[in-house]
Amino acid sequence: MFSIGPLGFVTPWLLVPLVALPILWILLRAVPPAPIRRRFPGVALLLGLKDDEAETDKTPWWLLLIRTLALAAVIIGFAGPVLNPEDRVEGSGPLLLVMDGSWADARDWPQRVAKAEALVADAGASGRPVALIRLTDAPEAVEFQTAEAWASRVAGVQPQPWAPADFAGWAGALPDGKFDSVWLSDGLAHPGREDLIAALQDRGTLRVVETTRPILALHPARFEDGKVVIAVSRLPAAEAVSVEVQAMGPDPAGIERVLGKVSVDFALGEARAEAKLDLPPEVRNRITRFELAPARTAGAVSLSDDSLKRRKIALIRMGPEEEGLQLLSPLHYLRQALQPVAEIIEGNLIDSLRANPDVVLLADVADLTQAEQDAALEWVNKGGLLLRFAGPQLAASDISRTTEDPLMPVRLREGGRSVGGAMSWGEPKGLAPFAEGSPFYGLQPPKDVVVRQQVLAQPDPDLAERTIAALEDGTPLMTRKVIGAGQVVLVHVTANAEWSTLPLSGLFVQMLERLAVSTKPTQPEAADLAGQVWVPQVVLDAFGRATDAGELPGVEGEALSGAITVGPTVALQPGLYAGADRRVALNVISDKTELLAADWPASVPVETLEGRVAQVLKGAFLTGALILLLVDVLAALWLAGRLRGIMRGTAAVLVLALGFATQPGPGRAQEVAGALPDDARALEATTAVVLAYVMTGDPKVDEMSRAGLLGLSDKLWQRTSIEPMMPIGVDIEKDELAFYPFLYWPILPAGKQPSDAAYAKLNQYLRTGGMILFDTRDADVSGFGGTTPEGQTLQLIASGLDIPALEPLPADHVLTRTFYLLQDFPGRHVGGTVWVEAAPMAVEAEEGMPFRNLNDGVTPVVIGGNDWAAAWATDDYGVALVPIGRGAAGEQQREIAYRFGVNLIMYVLTGNYKSDQVHVPALLERLGQ
Amino acid sequence: MSAAPDLQSTDLRTRAEALGQSLPPLLAEAEMLASTVMLGEHGRRRAGMGDEFWQYRPAHAGDSARMVDWRRSARSDAHYVREREWQAAQSVTIWVDQGRSMGFSGAKTRAPKSDRAKLLALALAVLLLRGGERVGLAGLAHPRAGKAQLLRLAARLAGDTGGEEYAAPETEGMVSHGRGVFLSDFLGDLAGIEAGLARAADRGVKGCLIQVLDPAEEEFPFDGRTIFESMGGGMRHETQQAGDLRTRYLARLAERKDRLAGLARSVGWHFTTHHSGSPAQSALLWAYRALEGGR
Repeated sequence: MFSIGPLGFVTPWLLVPLVALPILWILLRAVPPAPIRRRFPGVALLLGLKDDEAETDKTPWWLLLIRTLALAAVIIGFAGPVLNPEDRVEGSGPLLLVMDGSWADARDWPQRVAKAEALVADAGASGRPVALIRLTDAPEAVEFQTAEAWASRVAGVQPQPWAPADFAGWAGALPDGKFDSVWLSDGLAHPGREDLIAALQDRGTLRVVETTRPILALHPARFEDGKVVIAVSRLPAAEAVSVEVQAMGPDPAGIERVLGKVSVDFALGEARAEAKLDLPPEVRNRITRFELAPARTAGAVSLSDDSLKRRKIALIRMGPEEEGLQLLSPLHYLRQALQPVAEIIEGNLIDSLRANPDVVLLADVADLTQAEQDAALEWVNKGGLLLRFAGPQLAASDISRTTEDPLMPVRLREGGRSVGGAMSWGEPKGLAPFAEGSPFYGLQPPKDVVVRQQVLAQPDPDLAERTIAALEDGTPLMTRKVIGAGQVVLVHVTANAEWSTLPLSGLFVQMLERLAVSTKPTQPEAADLAGQVWVPQVVLDAFGRATDAGELPGVEGEALSGAITVGPTVALQPGLYAGADRRVALNVISDKTELLAADWPASVPVETLEGRVAQVLKGAFLTGALILLLVDVLAALWLAGRLRGIMRGTAAVLVLALGFATQPGPGRAQEVAGALPDDARALEATTAVVLAYVMTGDPKVDEMSRAGLLGLSDKLWQRTSIEPMMPIGVDIEKDELAFYPFLYWPILPAGKQPSDAAYAKLNQYLRTGGMILFDTRDADVSGFGGTTPEGQTLQLIASGLDIPALEPLPADHVLTRTFYLLQDFPGRHVGGTVWVEAAPMAVEAEEGMPFRNLNDGVTPVVIGGNDWAAAWATDDYGVALVPIGRGAAGEQQREIAYRFGVNLIMYVLTGNYKSDQVHVPALLERLGQ
Repeated sequence: MSAAPDLQSTDLRTRAEALGQSLPPLLAEAEMLASTVMLGEHGRRRAGMGDEFWQYRPAHAGDSARMVDWRRSARSDAHYVREREWQAAQSVTIWVDQGRSMGFSGAKTRAPKSDRAKLLALALAVLLLRGGERVGLAGLAHPRAGKAQLLRLAARLAGDTGGEEYAAPETEGMVSHGRGVFLSDFLGDLAGIEAGLARAADRGVKGCLIQVLDPAEEEFPFDGRTIFESMGGGMRHETQQAGDLRTRYLARLAERKDRLAGLARSVGWHFTTHHSGSPAQSALLWAYRALEGGR
C-alpha cells in the first residue's frame, strides 16, 4: 500500500488528477460568476452610473481556493485514504496466535478478539494455516488449521480468571517446524515466560501486541482497628488518580446493592494505595464482595468470606439462676451490646467450647473446674479470646491471689477497692485516655464514665505491658495476657452497671467491638484449612462475574491454602469455598500479589493494541468535499447578491425555531394564570378595566397576587363605579403592558433584574401613565433602607426604572381622599411607610385650605411593604384567604386595607381629579361675588 | 383563411372573459375603498341634483313670483326666496400610465404598480361620480357623470397596457378648466411629462400628480453583479456591485421627485408619491382633498 506518513491509500493512482489542479485554478479563475438579470423600471435612473471600483471580472481567489480544495478532497477521498493502515503480517509459514487469556485480558477482551480476528483474516487472505492457543489452559498439542476453521472460533475464546502458569509445558507442546507467532499479551509479567519466548523465537519471528491501558487489581479486604482496609494495586504506576471501590452485598430485603463506597487515591508514581472503609457491623456483615468501580475483571473483584462475618460469642454465667433479676444480670448489657453484631451462644462452658466460639465471655465467674479450665486453656491456645469480667464473686474468691491463674492476666489483690461511695473518700474515677499500644487507642473515653468499685491488680513487673485500659489515677481497668494464639482479657469491673457506668456508655460497645474483631486473623491459616474438603459454592469468571459453582468438585484444604497464597489455577478457580464451619474466599489477587509489567527481550517487537486501529478516511474526505461545495454555493450566491432573501428566510426560520425552543412547557402554562394567546389576551385586558400583577415565577406569590387583586376587584365592583374583570398575571418580559392601568408587583427576596427590553417597556409604561404598586411584603423595612433582601431586590429592580424622587406619602396626598378619607394604609402589616413621588418643592398650603395645591403629576409608583395582596386576598366565593390581625381589630384592618385599595385604583383611574375638586368651594365662592 | 378569424375570436373571447373576471373585483375593491373614505372624513354635505336647500334670502326686485317660497314668506312680512345650492359639476380627467414600467412588482406578494394605479383611479372616480362630478379617462373615455360611467371607466382601465416602456401623460379629452389626475411612476423621460403637464396647464386644468412606486424602487435592495433591464427589455444597465449604486440611485430618485414637485408647483398642481406597499386609502384621501382644495 502506498502511504505518506501514517496515511495510506488504497488506490494511489487516483491521486494523479491532483496534478491537474493548478490548470483547473487558471481555468476557473478566468470564468467569473454569472451576473443576475433583473427587470427594474428604475433602470432609467441608473443609466450612466459607473461602478465605483472596477472590480475584476475574475473569480475571487478565496472562492477558487474553496473549489480547488473541494476537488482535491474528492480526488483524495476516492483514492481511499487510510490512517494507520494495518501492516499485514509478512511471511508465508503457519501463524501461531498466543493469547495470555488471563483475568488482566478481560478488561479489553473485545479489542483483543478483534485483533485476533484481524490477524486470522490476514493469514487466511495469504493462505497461511493458523493456530490459536490460550496460555491459561493446560498445555496441549498445537495443531495448525486453515484460517477459515479458526475464523468462527476466535470470537468464542474467553479469558480465564487466573494467570497463565505452565509456560514450560506450552513450550514443550509446540510443534516442530517453522512458524511465526503473534503474542497477545496481557501486559503482566508471569514467571517462566522466558521459556516460551525462547521456544517461539526458535520456530520463527515473534511479535507481541500489548495494551497500554492501566491494570487495576483489588486486594482482599482486611480489618484494622474496626475498619475495613481496602488495598488497590495498579500498573503502570503513573500519575495521581483515584479509583472507587464499592462494597456489594444484599440489603435486608435480599437485593444486591452497594453497601459502601470508598475512594482509593493513588499518589504520583504509587503502585499500591489503601483506603479505610468504616461501616456499621450490621452492614459489614452483609458484604459479599468488593469491586473496583471502573474495571470489570476478576482482578477488580474481591470476594469476602467469613472473615468479615459475624462472630460466635459464648456468654457464660455460672451459679444459680436468679429469677426476676434479668436487668441486674451481669450478662444483660453484654447481650444487648453483642446481639446485633454477633452470634451468641449461652450455656455452660464445656458445651459452649464445643461450638468453637470466637470469644468466650465470663461474667463474674471465679471458680472453674479443672476440666473446664483445661478445655478453656486449650481453646485459648488455639486462638480464642477469653473475656472475663470482675464482680462480687471474683472479688470475694481467692483465685489468682498468690499465683497468677492461667486464665487470668494478672494477680488480684484481696477485696478490691471502692472509690466515691457512701463510706469512702474521693470521687469516682474516670477513664484515662487509651495508650498507643492499646487496642482501644483512638477511642475517646467519655467524661461521664466513672468507676466506683473495682478489683485491683497486684503490681507485678509485667502489669504495665498487660494493661490496655486504665483509670485516671493509673489503676488498670482492663488487662490482657496472650496465651498461645489467643488471649485472656480481664475487665476489672462488672459487666453490669453495679460497679461502674462503663457498660451504660457507647464506649463499652466500641471496646467490645474492637476486642472481638481484633481477635481473629483475617486470612485463614493453612492449618485451619488443612484436612478438610472445601466445596466451591461461587466461582468468578475472568470478567469478575460471580456464578454458581454447580457441580465443581471439592478441593483439599492443603491445595486451597496453597492457592490462596499463589493465586488460583485451572484446578482451583477463584470463588468461595465452603468447609465444615466457615467459608473461605479464593481471590485472583491475594494480599501479596504485586503487579509487574511484562519485560520482553529486546529482540521481540512490541506493538500496542490501541494505536494500530486503521481508520478509513474516505467518508471524512468526501464529507469535507461536500461541505466545501455547500460553502462554495453560499459564497457564489453571496457574490451574486442573491443571498439576501435567502438569509432573511433562514433568519426567520431560525427565530421561529428558537421561539419554539423557548416556549414554556405545558406544566408552566397551567401554572401561570392567564398565559393566553396575544389577541385573546389583549381583548380580555381591554374590554373592561383589569387589574394586573407582575408574575414573579414563584407560584405561591403569584397566586396570592391574583387572589388579592380578585378580592379588591370584588370590592371595587360592589362599592364603586369601577367594575374590573378578572385580574391578569403579566410577564414583564413578554407581555404588552399598555393595556393595564395598574400593576401590582410583589418583590421576591431573590428576585431577578428584568432584561433591558423589559426595562424599556416598563419605563415607557411609567412615562405614559401606568402605575406600579411595589410591595416588598416585609412589613416596615422597605423603601430604600435596603436592609431586607426584598428591599435590596427592589433597589436592584428600581435601579433601571425611570422613577422620580420619592417621599413618604404626605398627609394631604390625593391618595388619602380619592374615595375614602384615609390616613394609614395597612395591608397584612400595619404602619409601614408608603412612598410616592415627591411633591414639587416650595408649594405651601394656601390660607384656609386644607390641602396644598398640587395639581400636577400622578405618581408613577407607590412603594410599600404592607403585603396588601394578602389583606385583599379572597377565594372565588369572596371568603378571605389570609387571617389579618386578631378579631374585630383585624377585620377593621382588612377593611382599611380594602379602602386603601379602592382609593389607589380610584387614583390610578381618575388621577388628580380629587385634587381639583377641593378647589370647588373656593371657586364657587369667588363666582358668587 | 379560416385560421385567422378563429384565432381572433378566441383571443377576443379570452380577453372578454378576463375582463369579465377582473372587472367586478376591481370595481368592488374601488367601491369599498371609496366607501371607507366617504364614511370617515367626507361625511359632509354633498350637492345633489339641484334640489339641496341652501338658504332663504329676501326677494329682490326681479325675482319671479314662482321663485318666492310662500310657506316661509307667510311666517313674516317680507317675501323670501328659497335658494338651492349652486352646483356646477366639474370634469375630472384621469390619466393612468399604461406603460410597461407600471407592470413592475418588487415582491411576489405585491401586485404590480399598475394595479394600484388603476385601483386609485377607479376609487377616485367612484368618489367623484358620487359627488356628481363628471369623470373621464384621458384618451380613453370622455368625462361623463352617472353610475354608468363607472362601468365604462372600469372596462377601459382593464384594457391592455401599452407597448411602450415609459408612457407620457395623455391630455386628449381634457376639458378646459377641469381637473386632471396623472397616475404614473414618472420614471420615464421628464420631457414628455413636462410637455403633458404644460398642455394640461395651457387648458387651465388643475389637478395632481400621483407617483406610484414600488417599495423596491424606493429601497434599491440589490447587490452583487447585476444586469438591470427595463420591463420591455429596451434599456439595460450592467453593474458589478449593485450595492454601490444604491446611494446614487436614491439621490437620483430624490432629484426626480424634486423636479416633479417643482414642476407641479409651477403650474399649481399637487404632487405626491405613493408606494404600492402601503395602503391605498391614504393616497385616495390625499387625491380627493387635492382635487377638492382646488375647487
